[in-house]
Amino acid sequence: MNESMDFLLWARGTAFDVAVAIFVIGVIIRLFEIVSLGRANNLAEPKGSEFGPGMKTIVTRTLPEAGVFKRQPLTVIGGYVFHFGLLISLFLFIPHIELFAATFGFSWPGLPNPIVDAAAVLGIVGLLAVLWHRLTNPVMKILTEKEDYLVWLLTFLPLLTGYLAYHRLVNPYPFILGLHILSVELLLVLFPFTKLMHTFTLFLARWYNGAMNGRRGVES
Amino acid sequence: MTALEKIPILVEAPEAAAQSYLNTLPLLHEILHALRRLHRDGTSTALDLLAMPFGPGDEARLFEFLGNGELSAELDAMGQSSIRESRFSGVWIIEHKSSGGRRVALQIEVTRLPAILQTQPEDIGAGLDAMQEALETLKAGEPV
Amino acid sequence: MADPRTKTLGETLRRHGVSRRGFLKFCTATASMMALPPSMVPAVAAALDKASRPSVIWLSFQECTGCTESLTRSHSPTLESLIFDHISLDYHHTLQVASGHAAEKAREEAMHANHGNYLVVVDGSIPLGNPGYSTTAGVSNLQTLEETVAGAAAVIAVGTCAAFGGLPKAYPNPTGAVAVRDIVHDKPVINVSGCPPIPMVITGVLAHYLTFGTLPQLDQYGRPMNFYGTSIHDRCYRRPFYDKGLFADTFDDEGARKGWCLYKLGCKGPMTYNACATAKWNEGTSWPVESGHGCLGCSEPNFWDAGGFYNALSIPVGEVSRSVSYAAAAGLAVGAAAAGLNSRAKAKAKKNHGTVTVDDLEKKS
Ligand code: SF4
Repeated sequence: MNESMDFLLWARGTAFDVAVAIFVIGVIIRLFEIVSLGRANNLAEPKGSEFGPGMKTIVTRTLPEAGVFKRQPLTVIGGYVFHFGLLISLFLFIPHIELFAATFGFSWPGLPNPIVDAAAVLGIVGLLAVLWHRLTNPVMKILTEKEDYLVWLLTFLPLLTGYLAYHRLVNPYPFILGLHILSVELLLVLFPFTKLMHTFTLFLARWYNGAMNGRRGVES
Repeated sequence: MTALEKIPILVEAPEAAAQSYLNTLPLLHEILHALRRLHRDGTSTALDLLAMPFGPGDEARLFEFLGNGELSAELDAMGQSSIRESRFSGVWIIEHKSSGGRRVALQIEVTRLPAILQTQPEDIGAGLDAMQEALETLKAGEPV
Repeated sequence: MADPRTKTLGETLRRHGVSRRGFLKFCTATASMMALPPSMVPAVAAALDKASRPSVIWLSFQECTGCTESLTRSHSPTLESLIFDHISLDYHHTLQVASGHAAEKAREEAMHANHGNYLVVVDGSIPLGNPGYSTTAGVSNLQTLEETVAGAAAVIAVGTCAAFGGLPKAYPNPTGAVAVRDIVHDKPVINVSGCPPIPMVITGVLAHYLTFGTLPQLDQYGRPMNFYGTSIHDRCYRRPFYDKGLFADTFDDEGARKGWCLYKLGCKGPMTYNACATAKWNEGTSWPVESGHGCLGCSEPNFWDAGGFYNALSIPVGEVSRSVSYAAAAGLAVGAAAAGLNSRAKAKAKKNHGTVTVDDLEKKS
């Protein structure tokens, strides 16, 4: 009889605990694995330093590159728009900050809801744009694997359900709020086992790329 | 009620009361639209103010804005009621109280004359009977 | 005197010397109470004029009498009392003078005389764990309910206990408490939830039945849409602050004094559907958010188990920090073990590493 409320309580309770456990354990193990494995010993003589170029590449690969922009403007714009929209909605929406505060014991100031709302819309539009790009661009089509679609969906659902819940577009509210939380839990559960790990590994990877090139004495 | 009123309560002037909660503005626009309709084609509108999500002070601000007009009337039927026109002709404020003095209805009526002011047909009948009876009981030659 | 049951409300009021104006005023107030728009007043007047006196049987099960208190705590003659004067409350074991066999007899007589037409109001949940947990005159609540409801026109489940199980059903539900709707399937059941429900809402539902002879439109939880159709959050006067991101962080900071949104202090307004924001409490004096305390969500199913009252709605029910730290510890342990294995594998690889010279390669090819 009280399905939607029971569902919300389950999503906020048991399901959340399980998802967080899988996420935290999974991410830590994977990071340990990556760091402890390291890279194969490079016996060749170093032709340059590793640290400087490594740091530099973290910055340069984070900023858009002119050549890529000219060839694939949609990838660049869509990518940035959706990442910023996602990050703003995730980290600067007051109810989310309350959750982080309850989890980690510290918090930060949030943004007024209309701004977060706009960011969420941009995030959704950006994600739709990159999906469209993947589906229509012949090169992107070849590059895209099944996992990419999965990861896209995992990212899209929390934004979509969050938007629907915030604007109360689906009744009853506990149901859509529960769906929103569940979609995030799905994301958390699959996070350590998919490309979503890039959230944690990207700076590591960028540094490594730069460092390798630096060692070989090449520009990166 | 009376026993409760004897308990002294120190009310600190709440800062909340000083500010507007922005809830009266949409209502005023609704009244404006209703007034425009009344002006254009004579359609009356009634709004139930007890169904409005007012915050502290919202109601006072609304009434302050509406002000007092030319006409006000008191009705004594199952408790007191007050019917008054605001400073904007055609906009009426009607408050009904129960016999215990508790407010049971608060309405804005945008109309030429609130229906409750008119004598009801049923009451006219009763009035007719009563007057006839009163006249018949008058003795002939008695000064009226 | 004629049987009061056959007399209409219009007749009763006229006999009490109420003028037509007075009657219209009463109808305006009743329409407002039923949360109907003022344009419905003529229809309400026409219907109330002809409304006859329904018989009501009130059953109290596992409850705290708060619902009855809510209804009877009016200090002056009120609209509620007028409506109540007009119904025939034939059984309410807390309020009625008769007790024991006389009381039970009154219930049976009312059931008999009005078979198929009476209303049953229930407050409190029904224990299924052991019938002995709650009985009236030695009869289990379940049996009383089933017997009484058999000849009823409809059932009104007043309060969250009757509507959803409420406090008795809260984890771990020692009595096996269930709601009325879990038992009554063949009769319309209206849930008037709240802990307690707003008195005006209880009477509003009765008035609706009295006026139109039908039951109001219900939401997915069986609650009348007029009162439970919008959330507290959507009608809250503090909503502009929520939208602007202005929140009270404690109960006595600047934000609290300025009347900002109480979301961070645990307000459950966004998931709670009730009429508090407009109907208000204590004869229209105020309501929880107006008095500076967040909504507890008392009209929602399982609200007792929905996490701490002072935790923001977005915070999960369990203890997040604890589960995160446990998970992190587990992750670290497994990660460290994996790292250990990895470094052993690497050491082995290093040990097996041989040097190959150009001569060796040339020799092989
Ligand atoms: S106080 Fe509660 S109901 Fe009001 S706006 Fe804030 S969260 Fe919503």
